[in-house]
Amino acid sequence: MIEAVNITLLLILTFAAFSVAFWLYSSSKSRPIIHSLSHPLVTAPLIVSTVLFCTDINYQQYREANQPLFFLLGTATVALAIPLHQQFHNIRSLAKPLLVTLLFGASFAVIIALITAWLLGASMDTLISVTPKSVTTPIALGIAEKIGGQPSLTAGIVVFTGVVGAIFGPVLFHRMGIRDDRIKGFVLGICAHGVGTARAFEISGKCGAFASLGLGLTGAVTAIILPWLVISFLK
Amino acid sequence: MLRGLLTLLLFQGIGEAAVYFSGAPIPGPVVGMLLLFLALQLSRIELPVWLGEAGHFLIRWLSLMFIPACVGFFFLSSIETNQWLAVAGVILLATLTTMMATAFLMALLLKKSLKSEADNQ
Repeated sequence: MIEAVNITLLLILTFAAFSVAFWLYSSSKSRPIIHSLSHPLVTAPLIVSTVLFCTDINYQQYREANQPLFFLLGTATVALAIPLHQQFHNIRSLAKPLLVTLLFGASFAVIIALITAWLLGASMDTLISVTPKSVTTPIALGIAEKIGGQPSLTAGIVVFTGVVGAIFGPVLFHRMGIRDDRIKGFVLGICAHGVGTARAFEISGKCGAFASLGLGLTGAVTAIILPWLVISFLK
Repeated sequence: MLRGLLTLLLFQGIGEAAVYFSGAPIPGPVVGMLLLFLALQLSRIELPVWLGEAGHFLIRWLSLMFIPACVGFFFLSSIETNQWLAVAGVILLATLTTMMATAFLMALLLKKSLKSEADNQ
């Protein structure tokens, strides 16, 4: 009985934190930098973590209670096929530039992550765990396991990469003078996976469709090239 | 809407089953997404309203579904203290550099393909 109450409360915590975060986000629209920093993906986890720390509830318990959301994330991933289908006429005519960008982005992400980590004094263990960071979490976990990284570290890095990309990406595009929603979406999908895709759908439907494409393709490409790359260079 | 959710769940199930039986290191929902996309492309019918509604409803709240996973980052205990700098540095520097380079390249390629299209006409 008390168990059911706990589960409900921890689910409510997520929804309540998201509602507060969403309200904060929409009420800061007039200040662009504060607006992007106050994205619900930053503020809601902060609120939840603070509550968990203060009430001494461990993450495992919270995670189990929120299992329905993890499951729905999968259903929403399937749903990404719909915008992809609707925008496919835009995508087909761009097959070549998209493919080149994808291959470059996916390999560049891995190489630059390795170089930065190495320069900052990462251990071999960390080095291997950071390589799949731009891929959506479940794929990254599969890769990390295959190449011998730490799955929990990889999961954390992947999620945080998505958040950083989703938050700073739009600011970066603005600074670079990029206004094309196709570029914004595809880059968000390649570099910031699902989190970036969620952000892309806030920009426009077209942006979201290109992000879905980038997300799906990067996952597939990285899953194929990364194990090979790591095995030939690091081991 | 209900029929739409049912369809999405069905494809999620097929995706999970495909991954389970093939042992591929790809998540089931991603396979489900690819299969649904193929089905939509090959069926040659207009996208059913009920499917569009269900899909857009889920996608609209995609951020909400990421919250529990994001909270996990604050509870990472497996990083050794001397590795924090490297981890934070990689996330910030590498992600932003990759985004900048990728966006730059794609803008260049789009401009080029637009130009060659104009030349052909």
